[in-house]
Amino acid sequence: MFGERAVELVRGLHRAADGHLPPFSEDGIRQVLEEMKALYEQNQADVYDRLLRIRALRWEYGSVLPNDLRFHMSAEEMEWFNQYKKSLATYMRSLGGEEGLDLTQDMKPPKSLYIEVRCLKDHGEFEIEDGTTVLLKKNSQHFLPRWKCEQLIRQGVLEHVLS
Amino acid sequence: MAAGPALRELDSDGSSEELVLTPAQLLGGLEQESNLKRAKHGDLKVSIHRMEIERIRYVLSSYLRCRLAKIEKFFPHILEKEKSRAEGEPSILSPEEFAFAKEYMANTETYLKNMALKHMPPNLQKVDLLRLVPKPNLDAFVFLRVQERQENILVEPETDEQREYVIDLEEGSQHLIRYKTIAPLVASGAVQLI
Repeated sequence: MFGERAVELVRGLHRAADGHLPPFSEDGIRQVLEEMKALYEQNQADVYDRLLRIRALRWEYGSVLPNDLRFHMSAEEMEWFNQYKKSLATYMRSLGGEEGLDLTQDMKPPKSLYIEVRCLKDHGEFEIEDGTTVLLKKNSQHFLPRWKCEQLIRQGVLEHVLS
Repeated sequence: MAAGPALRELDSDGSSEELVLTPAQLLGGLEQESNLKRAKHGDLKVSIHRMEIERIRYVLSSYLRCRLAKIEKFFPHILEKEKSRAEGEPSILSPEEFAFAKEYMANTETYLKNMALKHMPPNLQKVDLLRLVPKPNLDAFVFLRVQERQENILVEPETDEQREYVIDLEEGSQHLIRYKTIAPLVASGAVQLI
């Protein structure tokens, strides 16, 4: 049980008659401090593990997190996430050419150039590289360049239709 | 395709836990090619070129993602290694990666310190990142292909009964060996991880 030794020491002190000082338990104090240290380190590891999961969220969901996830995070975790986003964006912008390279795209090897997608929610107008725009209305289906759709698929706006 | 050998070099970074240096020119060359092809409009073969660009972009992104993931995974150890780097020795990080790593460290340190200050008694507030974050496992076994013949490579014994012994690595041969044994050969390009 956690804190058993510490409780024992405190009880010992209470049990002693008023003013009487029980012998100093070097062992007891050492054991309690060791336990505190172990608990602290475990807590740090858990806290750090949460951070690793939050980092993964940026790669899975993009820079805007869904609301219910946001409520699961502490203010400090949110601050960490915002800093991480910024750092990542700075780095990606620095990669070759003027616009940089978005590493959160192209997570899978390209199998085909164009893919059939169905729109799951209204998303408004969407421009593809030859200048034409497509209206992403709920339930509409389109044949679009894969790389343009990747992020929208991950966000749940589009669904890849596998025929 | 000219990017063939360049792409093969990028693959080797996925095979080990350590950050493997790749010349910046390699990356620059790939990016240039990709930008050049993007400029060709109205070409009859535009879709074939597009496919090639997609593939290059995927491999390049994959490679850079892998490096970033390793930097984040082992950041205090990597930054410690950078700090103790000798004057003339080349860095294993690009300047941008180094900036990213430092920011990541500062961000994580600040966060852990804030958490500690908020919840813990003062005598336990020291944050030791070097202990908290696991080190890369250099004892892991890796597959490699020999590019340049190597002689007298010292192999450590596995058990108490064994003694250390030397082997020669013939050009073109493939081996399964502890990363630690051949780490300098990976850095020099004498062997390639597969």
